[in-house]
Amino acid sequence: MSELDLEGYLTESLAAVASAERVAELDAIESQSKAKNSPLIAARRALGSISDETQRKERGRDIQHISDALLSAISLRREALAANEREAWLLEDALDLTEVVTSKVVFPSTRGHAHVVAQTRASLEEVFVSMGFSIEEGPEVETDWYNFEALNLPPGHPARDMYDTMYLDLGNAETVLMRTHTSPMQIHLLEAAVAKNALPIHAAIPGRCYRLDTPDARHLPVFHQVEGLVVDKGITFGDLAGVIETFTAAYFGPDIHSRLRPAYFPFTEPSAEFEITCTICRGEGCRTCSKTGWIELGGCGMIDPAVFDAVGIDSAEWSGFAFGFGIDRCAQMRHSIADMRALIENDVRFSRQF
Amino acid sequence: MLTPLSWLKDFADFPDDVALLRSTLDDLGLVVEGVEVVGDGLSDVVIARIDEIHAIEGADRVRLVVVDAGDGPLEIVCGATNFALGDLVPLAPVGATLPGGFEIARRKMRGVTSNGMLCSGRELGLGDDHSGLMILNNHDAAPGAPLVEVLGVERDVIFDLAIEGNRPDAWCIRGVARDLAARLDLAYREPVIEAIARSEQPSADLVSAEIRDESLCPRLGVAVLSGVVVGDSPSFIVDRLAKAGMRAINNVVDASNYVMLEMGQPTHPYDLSRVEGHGLIVRSAKQGESLVTLDDQERTLGVAGKSLGDQGIDIVICDATDRVIGLAGLMGGASSEINDATNTVLLEAAAFEPITLMRTSRRLALRSEASARFSKGTDPAMIETAMDRFAQLLALTCPELTMSQPWVQPATSPAGAVIEVPHARIEALLGITLSEQEIGQLLEPRGFDVVATDDGLSITVPTNRSDIRKSARGIADIIEEIARTYSYSKIPRRRLAWPEPGSPSSAQTLRHRLRDVMVGLGATEAWTSSLVAPGELELLGIDEPDIVVTNPLTEGESRLRRSLLPGLLRSTAMNLERQQDNVILFELGAVFVNPAVRSSRSSRAGSLGSTEVALPDEIDTLTVVFAHDGVDATSAVTALSVLSDALRLEGLDIDQRTRRTAELAGLHPTRSGLVRDVRTGVAVGVVGEVDPELGGKLSSALEGRRIGVLSLDVGRIADNSKTTRKSDLAQAVSRFPSSVFDLAFVAPDDVVAADIGKALVAAAGELGESVALFDVYRGTGVDAGSRSLAYRIKLSAEDHTLSEDEISAVREACIAKAGELGARLR
Repeated sequence: MSELDLEGYLTESLAAVASAERVAELDAIESQSKAKNSPLIAARRALGSISDETQRKERGRDIQHISDALLSAISLRREALAANEREAWLLEDALDLTEVVTSKVVFPSTRGHAHVVAQTRASLEEVFVSMGFSIEEGPEVETDWYNFEALNLPPGHPARDMYDTMYLDLGNAETVLMRTHTSPMQIHLLEAAVAKNALPIHAAIPGRCYRLDTPDARHLPVFHQVEGLVVDKGITFGDLAGVIETFTAAYFGPDIHSRLRPAYFPFTEPSAEFEITCTICRGEGCRTCSKTGWIELGGCGMIDPAVFDAVGIDSAEWSGFAFGFGIDRCAQMRHSIADMRALIENDVRFSRQF
Repeated sequence: MLTPLSWLKDFADFPDDVALLRSTLDDLGLVVEGVEVVGDGLSDVVIARIDEIHAIEGADRVRLVVVDAGDGPLEIVCGATNFALGDLVPLAPVGATLPGGFEIARRKMRGVTSNGMLCSGRELGLGDDHSGLMILNNHDAAPGAPLVEVLGVERDVIFDLAIEGNRPDAWCIRGVARDLAARLDLAYREPVIEAIARSEQPSADLVSAEIRDESLCPRLGVAVLSGVVVGDSPSFIVDRLAKAGMRAINNVVDASNYVMLEMGQPTHPYDLSRVEGHGLIVRSAKQGESLVTLDDQERTLGVAGKSLGDQGIDIVICDATDRVIGLAGLMGGASSEINDATNTVLLEAAAFEPITLMRTSRRLALRSEASARFSKGTDPAMIETAMDRFAQLLALTCPELTMSQPWVQPATSPAGAVIEVPHARIEALLGITLSEQEIGQLLEPRGFDVVATDDGLSITVPTNRSDIRKSARGIADIIEEIARTYSYSKIPRRRLAWPEPGSPSSAQTLRHRLRDVMVGLGATEAWTSSLVAPGELELLGIDEPDIVVTNPLTEGESRLRRSLLPGLLRSTAMNLERQQDNVILFELGAVFVNPAVRSSRSSRAGSLGSTEVALPDEIDTLTVVFAHDGVDATSAVTALSVLSDALRLEGLDIDQRTRRTAELAGLHPTRSGLVRDVRTGVAVGVVGEVDPELGGKLSSALEGRRIGVLSLDVGRIADNSKTTRKSDLAQAVSRFPSSVFDLAFVAPDDVVAADIGKALVAAAGELGESVALFDVYRGTGVDAGSRSLAYRIKLSAEDHTLSEDEISAVREACIAKAGELGARLR
């Protein structure tokens, strides 16, 4: 077959592509170009009979060019046709949303279910409101200043190891992060109170937090905490212990008690871990509580003078405490959820139990 | 920290009551994370010699073994194969109870009687080895001898303690013992350290030592020990190291580890002959300097990492020629390691700057028992004692050992800080009053010095408490120490009350209401991750840059979500795949917009970062996905109507003319629209259907399925400057009957039904009570490209029954107004 024939084949095929109105027609042209009787394939087969190597290579390149030109024309046209077909379909499928006769729309006649964590959070909020706390909330993306430095965790502080932090590619390296706890809200609220001269503060702050924890039965990398913050005149460690006890009884029930034991958080001094009567064995001792009758719920303590300094509050005049614990963990304990990962699976059969 | 009770008993006569010790340790903040009892249940186990081994017919997993355990031949069936004739092995005879409570009984197997059990190390609680029987040939014991006597095993209790970051004193047996003895009111005793033969020679004659930067290495001690013979440690050292979780290496390394575990002061022994120039220099690494550490890895030093504030300072130990031979507190270099040929040891004991050391540890991912202690701050005053203790322990196996006079710089350890603590501050913070004597009794046994002043106490802090700040903030640290040693549980609780009432935030109240409406409509709340995979924006067709997590757990969780839709669709698909029908899922949560696109929030970054940094907008969003049977956009529109009623919103229009905004990404272009407040023009969300292309890309379970979607910006809904609320003032209803008539119009498809409805409301004027679309018809009798829209119009007046004239006037007005829009009466 001569060179002219191949050019002719291309011109003919391109015309067919251009006039195609349906994607199916293009599919036919494409498969025909690859069929045994296609001039392109025949020309390729004929290459072997050209003895001059330079000529053979040149001819091979030409065939490739023609084949490429055809395929790219098909693909361009296919995109255009697909877009047209979609446009036509969209037009046909169009619906004026204001002509919906809402009184005739049928919904399944079953009640839905709020997420068990949302329900837990709501009950915790109710308890705190009843105790005189205002409920506040704040951002999930924070800076190093609010999440660490102002909380007496300067860069390089060994206690930062407790928080496996997720950093974002914003600002300078490691300055913008997903908050690892709700405690940065202590700083935001204290700053706002100083600016507005609005101390005292009695606030509870629920919210979503993030840590680089591989998910397992007891940990999720995205989880929820509630923070408590009380700053007033004459607040003591005894008040902190009292508030924790009141909360514990109000949320978990009158036979569940709390106790504090020494712990370390750079932003509180004295710091404590608070434990509550094991909700599984009611204090008798079981596997869940390692036979101690107590399970750890959260951390708390008197606000460290360094934190007051960071926001410009005189720690000789004001004192206060903060506490924090996991909402998901509360839900897990209250409902005996064996594996926390069920909380993010969203299987409706799980959700409908609550 | 693994803490054997037997070791604690070196320092005080502690009781054996495990429960008491455990609760006391917990209450001191030395939290017991685990208790292991070793050597229990071994009293009946004896040594047995293997005398015969026979196959049992028909059994290929067990063999019959005849042993001698002192009382003549005994037949035992045994599954292990790692022994030979003549081997000595442990035998638990019939009637014995093994650790863990397993009772040995006479058993018959394959027609053969087994009179006891031959044991592995793990079965006896003496290690992890379960590959075969414990072989005791090298103990030179007679058959029948009790195992505990042969091995020298005693019952012991090992507490696994979590030591908090502010307890550098408790990172050793001595510190735990001291705290515990004080609480239990037991006499505390220091171990007697008999100084071994010291040569008169000052260390300076034998070695040189130099601190180049005192801020990195505040104190350094060196000494030379000659007459060293490297070999095994005495069994009590091996045993204690093992109980504390460390493996015995040789007598030199073991002595160093023992001292660290006991006193909290790490030491480092070098083979003096392998230290060039017989000297040590402590300095920071030069940029790019390298070291091959003991684990055979080449480490590049002095190069800043990406962690905030990391300036690439590494503390290194060099030989006298200034060549790096070790990373301070983390790992030695291979070149100067102790080996069998070592006969002279250069011992180094130092204090290092904790934060610098921690940074190096993190950057190089190198951790050690020593670095755990250095990072909390070691006691610089402990250096001489630790070196003496090391020599004393090494002398147990090296009788010829002599030590040069240690060289320690600075010669005297810095004194502890003095902090003035006013009585008033103690009462103000704790709510209790303690006398000076009571405080003295609490703190002095722990090494504090308490002196009364006019209005409080002057307290000298022991040098092992570097956590207590030297500034006025140290007052809070001291008060914590008083509270801790007094016991938190003894501080009386107060019932706090204040006059300000509690209140939920308005956003929360709104969210509760949204949730209630959704649940009422049959929707189930989902919780999808805020972290998504790359490519999610592309999938939705949003042309914005991703917000990238620089250190994600997995690539699939390396971006912040821009929309709740994909997560909800995936959860929907999962439920459909699990044969669940009538799936309506909703989620309330934040989505994030890259500050490069828009940002209304900037914040202080941090002392070492830029001062202000733009942060992502966090849009509190409600998204509902309707995938129940027979659903389409109409469900979403209906949900919107119920929701606006519940929230008292009025004047929300659906705008289907605006297309191609990020809000509409992933939605069906001709069956979706923006939800817009008519008065303010602000778009508060979207309603309609999911673009079938998106559904198909996410899951085959969604292919070809109509899915309704409603998504609202909760913040905008809550904002009265963006949305309009119906008045909640009561309006009287008419006591006169309402008049009702229906009108059906034929209108071309491009006339928006809502516009006709509005025209009818306008035409009804003051008499209008309601205008409702009740039927839409397309088909025979109606032109193609048009539809019939039937409205029910209710009229009433507050003070009279409407006359026929009034009604027909409104009817005419309605027909005229609709006519202006191109709708003609059918």
